[in-house]
Amino acid sequence: MASRKLVSLEQTEHLSWLAKVELSEEEKRVFTEQLNRILEFFRKLDEVDTSNVQPTYHVVELTNVFREDEPASPLPQEEALRNAAHKKNGYFVAPKIV
Amino acid sequence: MQQQQDVVIGLEVHVQLTSLKTKLFCSCPSDYRGKPPNTHTCPVCLGLPGSLPVVNKKAIEFAVMAALALNCQVSERAVFFRKNYFYVDMSKNFQISMYDRAGGTPIGRGGYVDIDVDGTRKRVRISRIQLEEDPARLVHLGPIELSPYTLVDYNRAGIALLEIVTEPDLSSPKEARIFLQKLRSILEHCGIFDGSLEGSMRCDANISLAGGARVEIKNITSFKEVERALSFEIARQRELLKRGQQVRRETRHWDEDRRMTFTLRVKEEEHDYRYFPEPDLVPIVITEDFIERVRSMMPELPDHRAERFMREYGLPEYDARVLTSEKALADFFEACVKLYPSPKKVSNWLMTDTMRVLNEYNLDWSSIKMEPEHLAELLKLMDDGVISIKIAKLLIFDVVLKGIPPSKLVEEKGMKRIVDENYLSQLIEKIFREFPKAVQDALKDEKAVHFLVGQVMRHTKGRADPALTNELIRRKLNELQRSS
Repeated sequence: MASRKLVSLEQTEHLSWLAKVELSEEEKRVFTEQLNRILEFFRKLDEVDTSNVQPTYHVVELTNVFREDEPASPLPQEEALRNAAHKKNGYFVAPKIV
Repeated sequence: MQQQQDVVIGLEVHVQLTSLKTKLFCSCPSDYRGKPPNTHTCPVCLGLPGSLPVVNKKAIEFAVMAALALNCQVSERAVFFRKNYFYVDMSKNFQISMYDRAGGTPIGRGGYVDIDVDGTRKRVRISRIQLEEDPARLVHLGPIELSPYTLVDYNRAGIALLEIVTEPDLSSPKEARIFLQKLRSILEHCGIFDGSLEGSMRCDANISLAGGARVEIKNITSFKEVERALSFEIARQRELLKRGQQVRRETRHWDEDRRMTFTLRVKEEEHDYRYFPEPDLVPIVITEDFIERVRSMMPELPDHRAERFMREYGLPEYDARVLTSEKALADFFEACVKLYPSPKKVSNWLMTDTMRVLNEYNLDWSSIKMEPEHLAELLKLMDDGVISIKIAKLLIFDVVLKGIPPSKLVEEKGMKRIVDENYLSQLIEKIFREFPKAVQDALKDEKAVHFLVGQVMRHTKGRADPALTNELIRRKLNELQRSS
């Protein structure tokens, strides 16, 4: 199968924006290439004829796994905040995104 | 503002299932309001690695009940999806929601709600109902653009949220408000929702004008706000169109304090959310049996209740509709009628006098302090002639706002009707001396008699018994006539 470009440089930029990760020009080029290679591998799956196979939406056969509406003790505030890099007055502190 | 046939509005309403004791996917208590930040969390709703969500069974029951109450077709198989986005209001970097896809559909589809607009019934179609988790509450210091950072409280994260989406069937801000009020009443009657809790009902609105483009408004926090936000937006778009400018297709944010909408940050498009089935949750199969069981538990809904009010209490349709527009109001009415079996009178005092107090103080029904016993007592005090209707209309303010029993108010404020003949006779003599000209006129002219009665009322702050006062004044005038 010819190596057809699937992911463009612009799409990689869009992805980095969605993931809130800043990429250098060099990284954009490298990632675009890698993403294309990954998709190329997956194309292998296209070779399998699935026209008569029901799609799988979940890998386990279970349904209706429920919990009763009974409260349990939550974490104490100090525990909840223990891994936070920045905290203030019991809150997590995060960069502002407007 | 009435020329609004060219306005098309659709709503996306988010309603918390406030009657649940726990969150949607974990056993954290749901009573987060007024609690210190981050005290109602666990590894699941904090999105810690390795934690596993488990669906609250009652939430599915409530969602199915809502779907039935809104005349939806209930899904046979519902699947949760991950909606992926990076924002601190969801620590997992995705929100668990539902999605209309092969393999599963939202809980309910294809329903409707009938609303009453200026005496006409209108059907608003519901396109879908789904369950999802509420995001965290974000706190900013002062206005968002000036705040140096964002504070995050995950107490609200994971609370069960019902998303209810309408077709674009609404044609004015007023209709949008009436729709939300009706929706609130229906869900409250189901016993799954309490609309008086702050932020329990929020909505986004899609609005477009003929010749414009579809604009989405986010962050509308109550049904009162929806009317304001949409009115502002219609005015803004009309102005643009009038000036021959284009309405941009965009998402705008409603600022409650400044009462205006403004352009929001560039948001992800629908396909950017990269929805995929939540692998940690298995599909939910909703059987016919389950649906029937929920249906059998369904309480009386507002429309049926209104019909019963007309049938059972002989109320006009208008009264029945207004009284059932809020569950607490309808409950109050019925409790009061039990104590004071004169339905129309109770209805009048609720719909006019009580509402007047609430409107004057810009309060809603949930903040009322009056008990059904209080209103019944007030009406009895009038019947017994202890107070006049005028006094009752004054007293009701303190009854509604402070919940003081009317009999106590009458006692404290000395508002009993004055029937003391001696006292009134002396007062009348004093008034006759004060207004000799009016007395002369009164001997010939009926109108001047009214003036004298009015003076007695003024001196007694409306407490003098009107019939007795009248009689005493006429007796006195007759005496003067005879002696002259």
